[in-house]
Amino acid sequence: MSEKSLGEKMKLPWRDMPPGGVMTVPGASAEYRTGDWRIQRKPVINHQKCVMCLMCWIFCPDVSILRTDKTVEVDYYHCKGCGVCANECPVKAIDMVEE
Amino acid sequence: MPITVVRREFYTPKAPPFAPKMMPYKGEGMTVDQSQEVVGNTGDEAIALAAKQSRVAVVPAYPITPQTIIVERFSEYIANGEVDTEFICVESEHSALSACIGSSVCGVRVFTATASQGLALMHEALFAASGLRCPIVMAVANRALSAPINIHGDHSDMMASRDCGWVQIFVENVQEAYDWTIMAFKIAEDANVELPVTVNIDGFTLTHCMMDLQVLKDEEVAKFVGTRKAELKLDPRKPISYGSLALPEYYLEIKRQQVEALENAHPATEKVLDEYASMTGRRYGLVETYATEDAEAAILCLGSAAGTAREAVDRLRQQGKKVGSIKLWLYRPLPVEELLCATEGLKSLVVLDRSISFGAPFNPVCSDVTVVLHQAGRDTKVMNAVMGIGGRDISVQDLAGELDKALEAARTGEVQAPVTYVGVRE
Amino acid sequence: MVVSLKELTLEEGFAPGHRLCPGCGPAMATRMALKAERGRPIIVSNATGCVEVSSTLFPYTAWRIPYVHSLFENAAATASGVEAAYKWMLRNKETDQPVDVIALGGDGGTFDIGLQALSGALERRHDFLYICYDNEAYMNTGIQRSGATPRGASTTTSPAGTVIPGKRGPKKDLIAIAMGHHIDYAATATVGFPNDYITKVRKALEVDGPAVVHVLAPCPLGWRANPRDTVRLAKLAVQTTIWPLYEVEKGEYKLNMKIAQPAPIEEYMKLQGRFGHLMNPNRKDELEAIRQDVQANWQRILRLCGQGQA
Repeated sequence: MSEKSLGEKMKLPWRDMPPGGVMTVPGASAEYRTGDWRIQRKPVINHQKCVMCLMCWIFCPDVSILRTDKTVEVDYYHCKGCGVCANECPVKAIDMVEE
Repeated sequence: MPITVVRREFYTPKAPPFAPKMMPYKGEGMTVDQSQEVVGNTGDEAIALAAKQSRVAVVPAYPITPQTIIVERFSEYIANGEVDTEFICVESEHSALSACIGSSVCGVRVFTATASQGLALMHEALFAASGLRCPIVMAVANRALSAPINIHGDHSDMMASRDCGWVQIFVENVQEAYDWTIMAFKIAEDANVELPVTVNIDGFTLTHCMMDLQVLKDEEVAKFVGTRKAELKLDPRKPISYGSLALPEYYLEIKRQQVEALENAHPATEKVLDEYASMTGRRYGLVETYATEDAEAAILCLGSAAGTAREAVDRLRQQGKKVGSIKLWLYRPLPVEELLCATEGLKSLVVLDRSISFGAPFNPVCSDVTVVLHQAGRDTKVMNAVMGIGGRDISVQDLAGELDKALEAARTGEVQAPVTYVGVRE
Repeated sequence: MVVSLKELTLEEGFAPGHRLCPGCGPAMATRMALKAERGRPIIVSNATGCVEVSSTLFPYTAWRIPYVHSLFENAAATASGVEAAYKWMLRNKETDQPVDVIALGGDGGTFDIGLQALSGALERRHDFLYICYDNEAYMNTGIQRSGATPRGASTTTSPAGTVIPGKRGPKKDLIAIAMGHHIDYAATATVGFPNDYITKVRKALEVDGPAVVHVLAPCPLGWRANPRDTVRLAKLAVQTTIWPLYEVEKGEYKLNMKIAQPAPIEEYMKLQGRFGHLMNPNRKDELEAIRQDVQANWQRILRLCGQGQA
């Protein structure tokens, strides 16, 4: 809980800054909780209905549908609640549910 | 066809008994490799040769007078298989520097050349290149900026972009153009610098003027410059992102670091100069003085005008007048210590500017020098002579006239005109 | 030949946590493009714009692959430099890993300010792919019109007012411009048809030389649409024939999706606030003129693709 964010850690004295502001931690953005952006609704997947067509997975602009061999899960840490997945699911397996 | 001549001495002291002195003074007794080949080359050709020998990986370039010979000559090297370099004939100077940035962040050595409008066109890219810490070397054939269009030499192009964060070197002759281009790669790639460098060469006066050039062997230059070893670069094994959006809480620190990097070019240049001297026998410096030890008045300039200045000094010395001249090789970062050393004891100083800073009380070089002298509490009277604008000839006579004015100011303690546009038809 | 979603890599070269809007079309376009990797690492040269700004907020880079951004108009020029550097390094054994270079720019950074750099890079035949994610305006700076804004769209610099009904003039044709350079591959795509888009990106990467992929990437904010409709809009654009899906391989035009019964353009437009004024009866003529333009363009594409009169 008291762990400093990368942004805070990088408020370094000028001598220690990475030259030219280069960013050396690939995918560091993942630390940022864009899930806080959701207002009111979050997607909930009904695994009974899901046919693993992977539409939600490919369309998600925020890499927030996690795909394994067997299942797709929502990454609520990052999901911004846009609703594209629910809109596009061909079997209506995703509902946008009030939070 | 290059003429091979064996020379015994390269640096001959000039009579009257003054010899150009490097600041810091390195002393006489430099040895010269007696087998160095001497050719007749123009400034552009010399630079193309230096770039060729420096194992440059990528050259993105766009032609503009008076730099065209550089890119043409380089193209010939490529067409004849004399050099292994990717030459990109870009569609504008902005793209030239953009491609330089693209190649540089991959960790390879990059070179380009431009002038005047081209430099102005790539203006935003200059800041990107230094901001991203790309050790690019660029030859700038200093030429007047439009409008009106003028293809002849003056310093307005580089001066208009002097705040870009690049190391800026001004050379006096073809030999210096060759030597400094080679050294520029090592200065740029110094681990404490990692900044781009411009080597400024006067348009037409040097770019198209044939002078003696002592050339080094390909292997010697290759060994001197070595291979670029970039610590940070685009590498799939260690993916990094260049060109971040730095919000106010980060931007200042990144820029402050950049300031330090440019200051580090100062010792880095000295180090490279030493290494180059042990290879060639030619040891340059950051500032050169001529006959200033007991001078009352002196003239300070950048580039080829320095040769003419020494002639003017000789002429006046023969009349018994105590005058000297000062030349800056390194303009950015400004060599403050050396400048103060060079101007010690001077009662007056004429600073020659080959560009106009419209609306400012003094023009670029004079502004810088005045600030330095003022900060050090000096009471040297400074005058600004604006000459060589748009290729207008700088004559020995004109410079001698300015030195006389400086002597007058030294004598009376008063400056008649702080800024003079020498030779302008009134 | 068309890729199936199941075979796509699970690797995400574009990480979550970026600051693009919910439902962002360009985010989809970027993520999907990286899925087309063909076994070679990809290096991205990005122009200033929505994707760049939102994915490179220091120190939170969303990129897990090597990435360079310098300026707005030089994605293609920077990419040329990267490509040349790697060519040299491979030849001089300073690396043994060939890469795929993708220059990524929005419509602003491509159609307008970036056109010169794109043209030069195409003409010089660099081995790279230029992807233009098209949200039809300068979205990052606040929805100003670009050369890619379609006729009639309301933007902040072409607002629909009482006198002028939105952007005047046509949308530039990027594929035609690209083909003016006689390159081996150019294609249109949308984020609505990911299989088609990713297949095309892969084909483009495999081309030895330059390639251009022009992908429609709706912007919910700029188009004044519901974020959940991004994909729906991307599909409707194709189904109304406003956005024909076709590719050009070595000069041969091929239609990728026949549209037997084009949907009326109103179906597409009524979901977007930027066309809201055209739904007004007093703008009937403008809407009709746009409809004529869309039909004429569709016929032109059909002819190019050898489909004759549809």
